[in-house]
Amino acid sequence: MEQKKETLLEIHDLSVSFRMYDHGLEQKDLKAISDLHLTVHSGEIVAIAGSSGSGKSLLASAILDILPDNATVQGHMHYKGQELTRERQKQLRGTKIALVPQSVAYLDPLMKIGPQADGHYKPKPTEKRRKLFERFQLPEHTEKLYPFQLSGGMARRVLVSTALITDAELIIADEPTPGMSLEQALEALRMFREMADEGKAVILITHDMDLAFEFADRVAVFYAGTTVETALASDFKTGPEALRHPYSKALWKALPQNGFEPIPGFQPYAGSLPKGCLFAPRCPYKTEQCEKQVPPVREIRGGEVRCYHGA
Amino acid sequence: MKSLNHRTKVVILTAVMFVLLVAVYACGILISEEAVTGSFLNAKRPPCLEHPFGTDALGRDLFLRTLKGLSVSITVGLVASLISAVIAVLVGIAAANGSKWVDALINWIIDLVMSVPHTILIILISFALGRGLKGLLMGIAATHWCSLARLIRGEVLQLRSQQYVAVSRKLGKSSGWILTNHLLPHLVPQFFVGLILMFPHAILHEASISFLGFGLPPEQPAIGIILSESMRYLSTGMWWIAVLPGLTLVLIVLLIDKFGDHLRMILDPYSAQE
Amino acid sequence: MALEAKNIYFRYDRKQPWILEDCSVRVEKGERLAIFAPSGYGKTTLAMLLAGYLEPAKGQILLDEKPLPKRGICPVQLIYQHPEKAINPRWRLKRVLEESGQLREDVLDAFGIERAWLDRFPRELSGGELQRFCVARALMSGAEYIICDEISTMMDVITQAQIWNVVLKEAGKRNMGIIAVTHNKHLAERIATRTIDLSI
Repeated sequence: MEQKKETLLEIHDLSVSFRMYDHGLEQKDLKAISDLHLTVHSGEIVAIAGSSGSGKSLLASAILDILPDNATVQGHMHYKGQELTRERQKQLRGTKIALVPQSVAYLDPLMKIGPQADGHYKPKPTEKRRKLFERFQLPEHTEKLYPFQLSGGMARRVLVSTALITDAELIIADEPTPGMSLEQALEALRMFREMADEGKAVILITHDMDLAFEFADRVAVFYAGTTVETALASDFKTGPEALRHPYSKALWKALPQNGFEPIPGFQPYAGSLPKGCLFAPRCPYKTEQCEKQVPPVREIRGGEVRCYHGA
Repeated sequence: MKSLNHRTKVVILTAVMFVLLVAVYACGILISEEAVTGSFLNAKRPPCLEHPFGTDALGRDLFLRTLKGLSVSITVGLVASLISAVIAVLVGIAAANGSKWVDALINWIIDLVMSVPHTILIILISFALGRGLKGLLMGIAATHWCSLARLIRGEVLQLRSQQYVAVSRKLGKSSGWILTNHLLPHLVPQFFVGLILMFPHAILHEASISFLGFGLPPEQPAIGIILSESMRYLSTGMWWIAVLPGLTLVLIVLLIDKFGDHLRMILDPYSAQE
Repeated sequence: MALEAKNIYFRYDRKQPWILEDCSVRVEKGERLAIFAPSGYGKTTLAMLLAGYLEPAKGQILLDEKPLPKRGICPVQLIYQHPEKAINPRWRLKRVLEESGQLREDVLDAFGIERAWLDRFPRELSGGELQRFCVARALMSGAEYIICDEISTMMDVITQAQIWNVVLKEAGKRNMGIIAVTHNKHLAERIATRTIDLSI
């Protein structure tokens, strides 16, 4: 399986912070994403797994440059080897990079589903869209409905279709499956798989660990706004000995099917991040070095890990 | 010096407007009656250094009269909108908390009041209560609560469907307890912003009703009275009697309106991070 | 001693089809029941009916053979999926806990709730931390039955294990009945003494 694939998206030391009012008139910068590393190759599904509030959805917004105005982005993003500038982001989004939004609120409430899913593309991809709807078991009259008439699951399937309809090379799916029935979710994931097999790439943002390592090729583990480890999905199936970061190991052990044993402590809040390694306060292996400096990204056994001790 | 952030600027601006309004109000109160009694020697002077707004046909200084009139307007506006806002909160809560028919009845009354032009309604109420300050206050108070009441009703309905209110009920809390602890604190910003945005309307209505002769008595130095007197002299070329007090009124009204807008910006969580 | 739904029917609107039709569930005191189903099977609706947040169109919800009390602290407490919606955003967290009637130090310790959090506002804490408060609030109210509607779905698995371990321990100590609604089969197997699969 080890074949050299083209690197599609490369993210280096990405940080996103928000200017927020704290108490009264004072403003404070909240670092929602810090020093994030992520590489996506064409032909693969990369899952981003982490709890709500760990900054997963923000990453999607940062890649597409659709963050709110009070956010500032630092770091480097490269798409197909070229720097991803604001200009290029504007050009690529919707054509080469497509988003499956997280919520139904992203649909225009005053527009019928059919024309809305067809989008601005010329010629209108109506035929393709009908086929997609059919695969998703969306009844034929769906295209004549307004968003408020859809059930949660139907809306999700429409949202996924809007991304699949494009000729995008990279699809960012932000929590695409909640609300869908099991078979619909599987169908959606199968379609992502097909897209990946055709040489495109999918970033699957999810809080569902099982889903992440069932369908992805690689899993990026998110913690407090950064990727602590990027591992092959198969490593998660093998067990903690194949994983590199103490947090990933702790995740594995806390899964209900594995041990249901939690480690103590909490994910740090964006306003009060520790100075060094973000996981240090909860880490059983921490040393003085961990508390002083953020560990660099290291490559170990085909995965990337941000830890001094990971092996 | 580091540059000020948006919220700080808005707060400073709001404070400046507030001080300005209070200053106008205080001036009007502090000006003595003698200062606005004129002499015929000074009558019909166009604006000059001594009399920035000129004088009227009786020789009274129009600048001082306008200030005094404005302070009367501000008092009337404030009291009337305060009564109106309190009515709005009570009615809004009653509509949202009561049974279906209470809601229907209140909505019907709101529609009814809103369907009649305010000016006509105020004239009727003011006339029925014997004109003067009391009639005018009641008239304005009775007509301005409708849209705020609707807003509050919607807000309460939305709050009542919140999960934390449902949880509170299951934790054994009574409706009254939920109203005072969960609902009312959320309505405070709505109340104040609604009150201040109602204020300029009330002032304009006060002026127009007095202008039409159904409001304050002619001896009161109200803007409406000044404007209605000015009509008699406009044709003789005494433009300043109408233009300058009128412009001042418009300025004050705009000032209050902006003040309300800014206050909303500060209090509204949606624009809080701008 | 049991909480039970007897042949209940429910729909939100007369024009719509039944969401629940002739549904019966029974959980004994001290029993832990997991209701497992994928999305769209009316799990949340069932949870809200059992806790008395909704009224069934037909059928009854019975606690020890009597209808649920309408007034006072309800012995059946529901914990929602999204803790940030179940907490008044303008309240400090101390007040949130006090709403349940009493502040029990042992529950705070079991959840690892730091005392400094009590003076903060909800927006200053993460979802996982807020959910601890929601569960603690329900436990402090002295509930005999707790209904958990996907309470750990939005959390990472470590927080999930943390919260559930405390709930299971507390439930065992006080012989509480638990109904856990979930779409995660592994979680259902782990926490429950009995599982119902609605999708079959």
